Amino acid sequence: MEILIQVLIDGMLNGMVYALVAAGLCLIWGVMDVINFAHGEYLMVAMYVSYWLGFLAKVDPLISIIASGVFIFIVGVLTYKLIIRYTIGKPGLVALLATFGLAMFLKNFCMNRFTPNFRILSDTWLGDKTFHVGNLILPVPQLVAGILALVVIGLIYVLINTTRFGWAIQATAMDREAAELMGINTDRIYVLVFGIGGACVGIAGGIMPSYLAVHPEVGSMFGLIAFICVAMGGFGSISGAFLAGLLVGIVEALAGFYIAPVFKYIAVFSLYLAVVFLRPKGIFGW
Amino acid sequence: MVKQLTRKTFKIKDGVWIAFLIILVILPLIPAVAANSFRMHVMILILLFASMAQAWNIISGYCGQVSFGHSVFFGIGAYGAGMAVVKYGDTPWPGILIGLIIAALVAIIISYPCFKLSGHYFAIATFAIVEIFNRGFLVWDWIGGALGLDYPIINEGLKNIMWHNSKTSYYYCALVIFTFIFGVVRWLESHRFGYYMRAIREGQETAESLGVNSTNIKLTAMAISAAMAALCGAFFVQYNLRVDPPMVMSLDTSMKFVLVTILGGSGTLAGPLLGAAVLVPLQEYTRAFWGGLGGGVDLMIFGLLIIIIVVKQPAGIIGIFNYIGKCFFRQKETGERYASHGTP
Amino acid sequence: MHPMALLDVCEVTMKFGELIANDRVSFTVEAGSIVGLIGPNGAGKTTLFNCISGLYKPASGTIIFDGDDITGHKPYEIARRGAVRTFQVVHPLKDMTVFDNVLVGALLKCRDRQEAFERATECIYLCKLEHFQNRAAGDLPIGGKKRLEMARALATRPKLLMLDEVMAGLTSTEIKAFIDVIRNLKKSGITMMIVEHVMEGIMPIADKVVVLDGGVKIAEDTPEKIINNERVIEAYLGAKYSQRFKPRKDGEPLG
Repeated sequence: MEILIQVLIDGMLNGMVYALVAAGLCLIWGVMDVINFAHGEYLMVAMYVSYWLGFLAKVDPLISIIASGVFIFIVGVLTYKLIIRYTIGKPGLVALLATFGLAMFLKNFCMNRFTPNFRILSDTWLGDKTFHVGNLILPVPQLVAGILALVVIGLIYVLINTTRFGWAIQATAMDREAAELMGINTDRIYVLVFGIGGACVGIAGGIMPSYLAVHPEVGSMFGLIAFICVAMGGFGSISGAFLAGLLVGIVEALAGFYIAPVFKYIAVFSLYLAVVFLRPKGIFGW
Repeated sequence: MVKQLTRKTFKIKDGVWIAFLIILVILPLIPAVAANSFRMHVMILILLFASMAQAWNIISGYCGQVSFGHSVFFGIGAYGAGMAVVKYGDTPWPGILIGLIIAALVAIIISYPCFKLSGHYFAIATFAIVEIFNRGFLVWDWIGGALGLDYPIINEGLKNIMWHNSKTSYYYCALVIFTFIFGVVRWLESHRFGYYMRAIREGQETAESLGVNSTNIKLTAMAISAAMAALCGAFFVQYNLRVDPPMVMSLDTSMKFVLVTILGGSGTLAGPLLGAAVLVPLQEYTRAFWGGLGGGVDLMIFGLLIIIIVVKQPAGIIGIFNYIGKCFFRQKETGERYASHGTP
Repeated sequence: MHPMALLDVCEVTMKFGELIANDRVSFTVEAGSIVGLIGPNGAGKTTLFNCISGLYKPASGTIIFDGDDITGHKPYEIARRGAVRTFQVVHPLKDMTVFDNVLVGALLKCRDRQEAFERATECIYLCKLEHFQNRAAGDLPIGGKKRLEMARALATRPKLLMLDEVMAGLTSTEIKAFIDVIRNLKKSGITMMIVEHVMEGIMPIADKVVVLDGGVKIAEDTPEKIINNERVIEAYLGAKYSQRFKPRKDGEPLG
């Protein structure tokens, strides 16, 4: 029984980080119906930013999250202004393939500049510390990452649902033309949404070097899982993405422990198929 | 009333068709001039990628169901042939046949529930399926697992689809497959099935109101597309002499199917060939010249090119031809435009 | 005992959640006739079309076409049996040429390509689309797109052609030309059910008019009787006007 709880807790902590990455993608998809294929690579770049700050300037990841968040915000804004803006209104495949090209570029840029070597940060504040509750072992980096993810998702949720800016975002998501007629500068909304979506994944990537090795391929699987979470949660639903993230984390942990590590992702992807075959628009989709 | 019905002027469509026929005549003659092994390798890859792209084009370009899962069928074809050679003896033909059938069946079984999904949900479902197969094959020991299948030395000849010393026979093999797949698509394009596929792409509900059984058409198109992709996979393994899951069943391989077709022009007959003719040399030559510059420079350039092309001209190379044609012939069309202003 | 109608709509009810869009609607369409379906906006005319053509499954009721029960059947099955409809909001197959659009319709019943090509050409000339043949259907002006809907449906050699507001936006001359086209179609044996708001287009040609209001059928009669029907006037113009018209009908001066 205790082992089950341990596995569940590990899964949930992991799941919250998945949820944060997914929240950023969900925002982008929900508002402008674009699948950002480079989302996983955004995470990878954020991890490198945090890593280099830690390695060269001895800045702890806990502080670097600010830098990586801002950096990926800017990357998101640039992505919109230089690429995505020209794909709005064209079939969805165009934005997807364009961001695929971007992902390819980012991944190989980092591979070229930083070599494919796995890089690990030693001597971080959170480092190898663990927290003990009875017989449960809670690794501190993952715990902090999970709590951080929860806080950021909460902030995003509050932003979308209670602030005027958030309502403007919702209006733009539902009907761009109508929003424009209400005096909302939808182009600016799009820019900011892409930036905020990037910032979410930037923060997630910032904290990860505390417990994950950094290398150019690290983003790919996170990206795919983010797509799964967003689609499973339903188009445009932040709470859906959060729930889906938790679910994915838990299923991954259970499958990895009780079946075999190699079945982790088979279980996750099968979960996606099972959910959408039953509910073709995701759990909360509209 | 100005009657300008059948303008017998030169249309871009005719031009492309003629160029295509010229290419079909020239292609068999190439081994005589491109004796150089690397160039022959590039030509073979062009034909292979063109065939793969054309297979994808059937369900995704013509029928509008954009799938990112075609590497699954490619892989089934490759493993079908590979297993026949490595585990059971030296001729791959039975394996190829079985691979084709299994690919078509898997396609139908998977697509039936997937077609109930729309838009991005469908696309992501195809990602999920590729990853499931990729990882599944990695742990499936009977077919070699992560180590894959390595071809032993076997006898040469058509019976084994194996030639040791020259690439020329492989070239002709690829040419046969290419001609076959393009022929199939041309036939579909000009008969009822092709028109119904396109109608479904343009508006499924509208098509159904005109009597089109969209479920049947989509499943059939998917089965044909999968079988063709499997055929390409079988050729690939005979040429490459080795197969493992990441090589054939990965998302990256799937994206190759997609990119070549989109670049050339999806939903057109010549698009896949044009896309392959541009992308393959680009890939091979940048790798040859710049691959040494420290991993990934060729792919960085590739990535940037994809962005530029996809954003600037989503209709691909064929789109560029059409655009040039429209500019060139715009004067001749003006008369017709004024004539039609009378009745709305 | 009247001869079996080509289309027999029997107590059809369609609900969207709690909203009743069609409430036990019943009427018949006799073979070879033209039936008009009119009513104020929101009366449920297009919903009824959608039920008949298979896009919606009615909550209750039966629809019998050519002797067979087609209630709840799939749209393509119903089209194959010969009941074909056009859409009020036009749906051209945008990236295909006008000719190819109509060809898709023709391919339903024509066995080989040559026959389908000829049928498509025939329908294109009938609907005056010959100038646009090779243009992409999405590029047509709205009138052309409406004629395309009609040509495409015609090409399927329907027994029952269901037209949904095809005359909206046409000038008086064009309406008269359209009426001629419809009359010719009737001569060639096609039965038609036409939803219309343009009264000058439907009243001269309809053999029978069915009137819906608020989901309910309020009248089913010849055009002459319909325009004098109190309930119909009330539905369109309100109770006040129907009272105004009553004394005029009875021969008394207006009060």
